[in-house]
Amino acid sequence: MAKTRETENGSGTGREILRMVGITKRFPGITANDQIDLSLDAGEVLALLGENGAGKSSLMNVLAGLYRPDEGSIFFRGEHVQIHSPQDSMRLGIGMIHQEFMLVDTMTVAENIILGMKDLDFFPPMQEVHEKIRELSRRYSLKVEPDKFIHELSVGEQQRVEILKLVYQGADILILDEPTAVLTPQEARDLNTILGMMLAEGKSAIFITHKMDEVIEFSHKVQVLRRGKTVSVCRTRDVTPKDLARMMVGREVLFHLERDDYNPGEPRLVLDHLTLTNRTGRALLDDVSFQICEGEIFGIAGVAGNGQQELAEVITGLMPVTSGSIRLDGRDVTGNSPIQMIKSGISHIPADRGAMGVVGDMSVSDNLVMKKYRRKPMSRNGILNRSNIARFARSMIDLFRISTPTAETRVKFLSGGNIQKTILAREIDSCGGILVAAYPSRGLDVGATEAVRKNLLRQRDNQGAVLLVSEELEELLMVSDRIAVMFEGKIMGIVSAQDTDIEELGMMMAGMKKEQIV
Amino acid sequence: MQLITTLLAVTLGAGTSLLYATLGEIYTERSGILNLGVEGMMMMSALAAFSVSFYTGSLLLAVIVAMAVGAGLSLIHAFLSITMRANQVVSGLSITLFGTGLASYLGQRLGPASNGRNLAGMSAKSFSDISVPVLGDIPILAAFFNQDIMTLLLFIVVPAAWIFMFKTRSGLTLRAVGENPRTASAMGIPVAGIRYIYTAVGGMLVGLGGAHLTLGYTPGWSENVTGGRGWIVIALVIFAGWNPSRAIFGAVLFGGINAIQFRLQAAGTVIPASFLNMAPYIVTIIVLAVMTLLGRKRRGTYSPPSALGTSFAIEDK
Repeated sequence: MAKTRETENGSGTGREILRMVGITKRFPGITANDQIDLSLDAGEVLALLGENGAGKSSLMNVLAGLYRPDEGSIFFRGEHVQIHSPQDSMRLGIGMIHQEFMLVDTMTVAENIILGMKDLDFFPPMQEVHEKIRELSRRYSLKVEPDKFIHELSVGEQQRVEILKLVYQGADILILDEPTAVLTPQEARDLNTILGMMLAEGKSAIFITHKMDEVIEFSHKVQVLRRGKTVSVCRTRDVTPKDLARMMVGREVLFHLERDDYNPGEPRLVLDHLTLTNRTGRALLDDVSFQICEGEIFGIAGVAGNGQQELAEVITGLMPVTSGSIRLDGRDVTGNSPIQMIKSGISHIPADRGAMGVVGDMSVSDNLVMKKYRRKPMSRNGILNRSNIARFARSMIDLFRISTPTAETRVKFLSGGNIQKTILAREIDSCGGILVAAYPSRGLDVGATEAVRKNLLRQRDNQGAVLLVSEELEELLMVSDRIAVMFEGKIMGIVSAQDTDIEELGMMMAGMKKEQIV
Repeated sequence: MQLITTLLAVTLGAGTSLLYATLGEIYTERSGILNLGVEGMMMMSALAAFSVSFYTGSLLLAVIVAMAVGAGLSLIHAFLSITMRANQVVSGLSITLFGTGLASYLGQRLGPASNGRNLAGMSAKSFSDISVPVLGDIPILAAFFNQDIMTLLLFIVVPAAWIFMFKTRSGLTLRAVGENPRTASAMGIPVAGIRYIYTAVGGMLVGLGGAHLTLGYTPGWSENVTGGRGWIVIALVIFAGWNPSRAIFGAVLFGGINAIQFRLQAAGTVIPASFLNMAPYIVTIIVLAVMTLLGRKRRGTYSPPSALGTSFAIEDK
């Protein structure tokens, strides 16, 4: 992903290594790729930019041999090639790192790396394999222990195993599907360095993304896809983020959102010396105190895993507290169950939307009505009123612009953005004034992110109190009124969003108290 | 001393068919296919082995036919659950109901006319008719080695099954398919093919277990000869934590319970026979609870293959 010094001004070596012509891939009811052409030079980094569902991943899965295209041909070093399986693709030196890592949790790093290799002995020489892995990990400074199990590794380490796997098999073209989505800023920088070394050796890369700044920072060339078609291909240095966003979404995107003046009212949610320890006695939340008022968005910043998740779950009643208290409109609600919290007016947009936000195999309308089907007018004496539910679902789908074929479509078939809009619609509709949103725009494209942020602000402008947990500082600075930074379960400081900047937040995220920053 | 030796010998004998079938089901489940048809497959292969031995006198042919019957039934399950992507529980249960039903019908039809076409009560050549050079006349060791050929073969089969699963390329492939078929597929492994193979291999081993019931442990055919052993096998797989070498302990434990229960009944204790018959199943319940707890604590060493019982297609969401 990194531009190397040699190629900073050019675009690779000018030698074309890969060409895809007229690729079409259809799924039942949808054309994921429609006559797409693509070209890649040796030593070049190509960014594939597009919203969720634009067809980026499908196109790369065709190249990686996972999907069979319905039309089109692929040329590798000028030769017409057939890619029927992942092994065909690997033989050509094309390797893909999928967004969901392709690793077997219960196996070791070494076992994962040699998995599926054709020229392996019947009794794999594990000693040699370990040696080779150690050598490669030294060469690219990819710190990984070959005999560790995958489930013992952090997400960043797992990604290193994926990279090692490609290097081990001698890949020349690396395909990366949203590689930074799961990484901390530090890990993202490391990844960048590692890939820089590989490019210097003449390897090329294609990376899928929907983040404009990554395109600008890392790529030589950018190809924008929209609804399965190529919108434009251009040199990265010739375009601005604004151009890219417009091409990607197909309209102007607001980078600044309209909002009312900050005018907080009564405090609604008050946390007082809240502490949560786990079974081993480690403090996940350590003496956390703050309050959120009506008409306010209170942001929580921090590197993932510093207690934000636990904070959201404590407030929504999913986890018990060890000590301290939670008060809601002056009433003590410490230790209440989730259903009591919901009744007291708390809505929750969970971090893991697939696992906790929706039931994938149920319809959009059933998911929308999930919080109110117990009561009239959605049901009477335990019998669901289908026509009222349908009417309600229709109005929510219109209001929140959920793009779904029908209200009866199963939620798992929607894009990430529309799944999130479904959750937002349900939670905001049922909200009694306090909204806890954990990473609401994570993994969403520009259009959907904009919709999410607008809805949070609308909630605030309607005198709601919003707790926003996010790992994107830009988002926090744009949307919140006040920001608290968490580090190892403690609050490092609470600042006004207007008077702070990324540097100050960054230092607190690294564990400095606000008072220590001069 | 004599008692211990006898008990041990009976234990190993009773455990043999359980162990073959357990190894088979472990291999099948490791590929991600849950085959609940074991009981029916054992019953059918037990019948097949006995009738072939009865009519031809060839033990080798009997064993081959038993393996073929086991594999054949398991391939029906494979077709339903891999190709048709049907519910594996329902498919497996159908195989059991079909197998036990058909075997009990055929058992009353395949016999000689002199016995009213019934196979029950007939005797055929059995494994104990093959003489194996005995390795020792030392009391305890004799229990281990003074066994029929099928039991002795286990001393090779079990280690081989373990080495194959954990030390070879093919074993790695097998485990990956059962743990994470999506990843396996992305690494170029033909998931469906691998699942077919190991479902059939599992069926063959279950077939051997069935053959040992009618030609080894208690020679002779009787209706309901398996007596629920197919279900105990399902529990033993969990007891073994899907590990071939640990399957020994389970087989010995249940074989032992069987042996002791027989002795007690023969000796005429005050415990009602029904309770003694229940013993293996009560132990099954306890074992399941304990192993499930262990599986939760030590991931990977006792927990089931993650994709067990699920169908797979690469273009699925």
